Amino acid sequence: MQSKEPEITPGLVAEHGLKPDEYQRILKLIGRTPTFTELGIFSAMWNEHCSYKSSRLHLRKVPTKAPWVIQGPGENAGVIDIGDGLACVFKMESHNHPSFIEPYQGATTGVGGILRDVFTMGARPVACLNLLRFGSPDHPKTRHLVSGVVAGIGGYGNSFGVPTVGGSVGFHTRYDGNILVNAMAVGIARKDSIFYARATGVGRPIVYLGSKTGRDGIHGATMASAEFDENSDEKRPTVQVGDPFSEKLLLEACLEIMAKGCVIAIQDMGAAGLTSSAVEMGAKGNLGIELDLDAVPCRETGMTAYEMMLSESQERMLMVLDPEKEAEAEAIFHKWGLDFAIVGHTTDTLRFVVKHGGEIKVDLPIKELGDEAPLYDRPHVATPKKSAVDAASVKPPVGNREALLKLLGSADLCSKRWVWEQYDHLILGNTVQQPGGDAAVVRVGEGPKGLALCTDVTPRYCEADPFEGGKQAVAEAWRNLTAVGATPLALTDNLNFGNPERPEIMGQFVGCLEGIGEAARALDFPIVSGNVSLYNETQGRGILPTPAIGGVGLVADVAKTVSLAFKRAGECILLVGATAGWLGQSSWLAEICGREDGAPPPVDLAAERRNGDFVRDLIRDGLVSAAHDLSDGGLLVGLAEMTMAAGIGASVRKTGEAPDHAWFFGEDQARYLLAASAGNAAIILAKAADRGVVVENIGETGGNVLTIPGEAPVEIAELRNVHEGWLPGYMDKAAI
Amino acid sequence: MNAAVLLFPGINREGDVARALKQATGKAPAIVWHAEHELPRGVDLVVAPGGFSYGDYLRCGAIAGRANIMGAVRAHAARGGYVLGICNGFQILCEGGLLPGVLMRNRDLKFVCKMQHLRVERNDTAFTRQYSGGQVIKVAIAHGEGNYRADDDTMARLEGEGRVAFRYCDASGAIGGAANPNGSTHDIAGIYSERFNVLGLMPHPENLIDPLVGGVDGRGLFESLARVSLAA
Repeated sequence: MQSKEPEITPGLVAEHGLKPDEYQRILKLIGRTPTFTELGIFSAMWNEHCSYKSSRLHLRKVPTKAPWVIQGPGENAGVIDIGDGLACVFKMESHNHPSFIEPYQGATTGVGGILRDVFTMGARPVACLNLLRFGSPDHPKTRHLVSGVVAGIGGYGNSFGVPTVGGSVGFHTRYDGNILVNAMAVGIARKDSIFYARATGVGRPIVYLGSKTGRDGIHGATMASAEFDENSDEKRPTVQVGDPFSEKLLLEACLEIMAKGCVIAIQDMGAAGLTSSAVEMGAKGNLGIELDLDAVPCRETGMTAYEMMLSESQERMLMVLDPEKEAEAEAIFHKWGLDFAIVGHTTDTLRFVVKHGGEIKVDLPIKELGDEAPLYDRPHVATPKKSAVDAASVKPPVGNREALLKLLGSADLCSKRWVWEQYDHLILGNTVQQPGGDAAVVRVGEGPKGLALCTDVTPRYCEADPFEGGKQAVAEAWRNLTAVGATPLALTDNLNFGNPERPEIMGQFVGCLEGIGEAARALDFPIVSGNVSLYNETQGRGILPTPAIGGVGLVADVAKTVSLAFKRAGECILLVGATAGWLGQSSWLAEICGREDGAPPPVDLAAERRNGDFVRDLIRDGLVSAAHDLSDGGLLVGLAEMTMAAGIGASVRKTGEAPDHAWFFGEDQARYLLAASAGNAAIILAKAADRGVVVENIGETGGNVLTIPGEAPVEIAELRNVHEGWLPGYMDKAAI
Repeated sequence: MNAAVLLFPGINREGDVARALKQATGKAPAIVWHAEHELPRGVDLVVAPGGFSYGDYLRCGAIAGRANIMGAVRAHAARGGYVLGICNGFQILCEGGLLPGVLMRNRDLKFVCKMQHLRVERNDTAFTRQYSGGQVIKVAIAHGEGNYRADDDTMARLEGEGRVAFRYCDASGAIGGAANPNGSTHDIAGIYSERFNVLGLMPHPENLIDPLVGGVDGRGLFESLARVSLAA
């Protein structure tokens, strides 16, 4: 059975990222020493990235169901019903480790992978988003990484032809050694033609589609399942290379064969390539799979079975074909200039058999490859609770005017225009609300229906209190969708953490996930897809816990959505939600006082729901002209953003008991700023009283300055200068 | 007016321009595959849409400019037929010999997508009748290689013959400096052929046809074209 293959030694096992007890598990499962190729397959299937061995136990606890959920976690992407026979298919996925090593290619293949997940299910992608975290701006690698990642995301999405409509970009020294590149894709399909990975029928042909297989990306998923050390640059060859042109062809060809009824099951080749796609299709369908690698289209000569099974070459798919439609499917692929090869067939043996050069290289039980993957209940300790920061005891080092300008010109709160102008956000002609607002709004076809989309997380909060931070990430996504007038329907998450073998990191993971679950339940905002990225850690230093949330909401009529920009002078500015002046873990405390301190703001989910439902109703009733969720930077930053968006000034007066700086910059949750005519404001205040929602009239729009009590007015031009200036200025500094 | 939209592998704004044409003419355009040798009968206007034909590999538009169908497009233009190339389509028309010059990498080497003002240089062509001369319109741009370049003689001819169709400008119509997003020579956003029947432009008027999605300043181009007919 073996020829010219390395002998299996403990050292070789360790190089494959398998622990000694995991290897014992393999021996017990198959009753013999695995072949070299089999060892590679176990390594690919049982690493953290593919097996979720540290996280599976906890992922079961989050809500994943609702009447509108068609497909929850476990498929290529989640699927929700958006009415009129249509479904929205979406997922978010990380490409953190490769992007740190090779930012352009790491980011492109991250985007390519998530797009494939969506169109594998029969959906045409209509939007992409992302969530990016980089190290401190002062770190010598940061500029290079920002430049490469942004160019890579644009390079792929722009060419593929999907608008990148939103995202989140942040900086923190804890990402110095491990950046985060989380990409989200959203597609639309007909509800009655969703495609799944589950193979059916014995003896049916398995077809390989797309680009040829090369030696790139071998062990990519294994690399993404370990910490970095000082030699992480040596892992460059494990990073795949993206080809958006091939992916665009693959999209068109796949949708065409799906429409012609050729496809029985389909699975994209992502992490662990041919191995995981074949195993998944067979295992889900209770079938065996037999592959003949001699038929696999290869880019290079002399590739071994081991290399072919572990290659992560991009833009490839595996499909179970209706045998009667073989010629038709092949003609479509050839028209698009893509490879089409029958590389195997389904069997009734429940074995995963791989032949190459007339030899059997692999013969493994197919279901056990996935089902019997190790499952760890790793020890976890909860993050100790921090005490609240007493706002009155914090002496503001600068005035509110100066603090506002400093915050607007900070790395985290500055305008990210430099980033999103490198993404084609207008292609397809349906981008009703562009990047830079609370949520993007994308019209579905000719409308009037639309999707609202956003990505959110506040890692500082998660670090200080994983449970509250997890809740907050979900609540903020829900709020951002609400602020444009959408009904939040479901979310996808991308759970980025450090090394789960450390109990305090595992504690962060468990805490955040519990918070996410609690908020998702309270807000009827189920989790339908997601990804876990662990081992974001370098030399023992982990990232901030970063459970990224990608939210999807529905609007019945895109004409009735609102943006955050003030529309006209002379309107009332209304503050929805109670303002206690919570300074713990606020941007103000971090940027102005240099303190990342205290407990983060607690999230009252009942208040979130009450206030959000109230705001959404107002938007639908046409009572407000602008709406903005309040988050990082608090009220004054939110107000400045509304002012800058259309160049209409505002004056604000303080209410309530909190000290000035806490009232202006506190990050109390469940709050929104609205603009409305005086007449509508009166109606809103009356409705608020009826519904028990705290609403205060705190100012008026108009003029070309922002007027803050006790301070010289700030010209809008000055606000814009600092807000728009930081990122281009930073990126223009030499040495990219 | 009968339109045909060319489809090369990697093109991705064919649906956007087909939508704009349908809105202006009431008729969906024919979609013509690159491997064909003939255009459908009775076509008045051929459109090369935006995208990344052949991945922009080799050079933008270079491979598509030599595709089978381009022979028929050249013959159509030689007969006086109308041809519109948008973004990658403009690059394809330059590479295919229908328009002079070349589109190079943007001045700052980055892809740029944003709203951009253009000055309509003349309104006496088949493409711009629905605009007023010197009108400032706001449309989208989305390209990495829109920096128009030609040799001095060609530039002199283009200017001398009034063949600059659109120039990048600011909201007031002023040209130069930061109003030019890509470093294009003479702020050129689009040019005509000698006979004014071929237009190539980098911006995307096809994405500005709906008040809910950025505005309607792109409609004028398609409404102008809706009135042309070779038979007439």
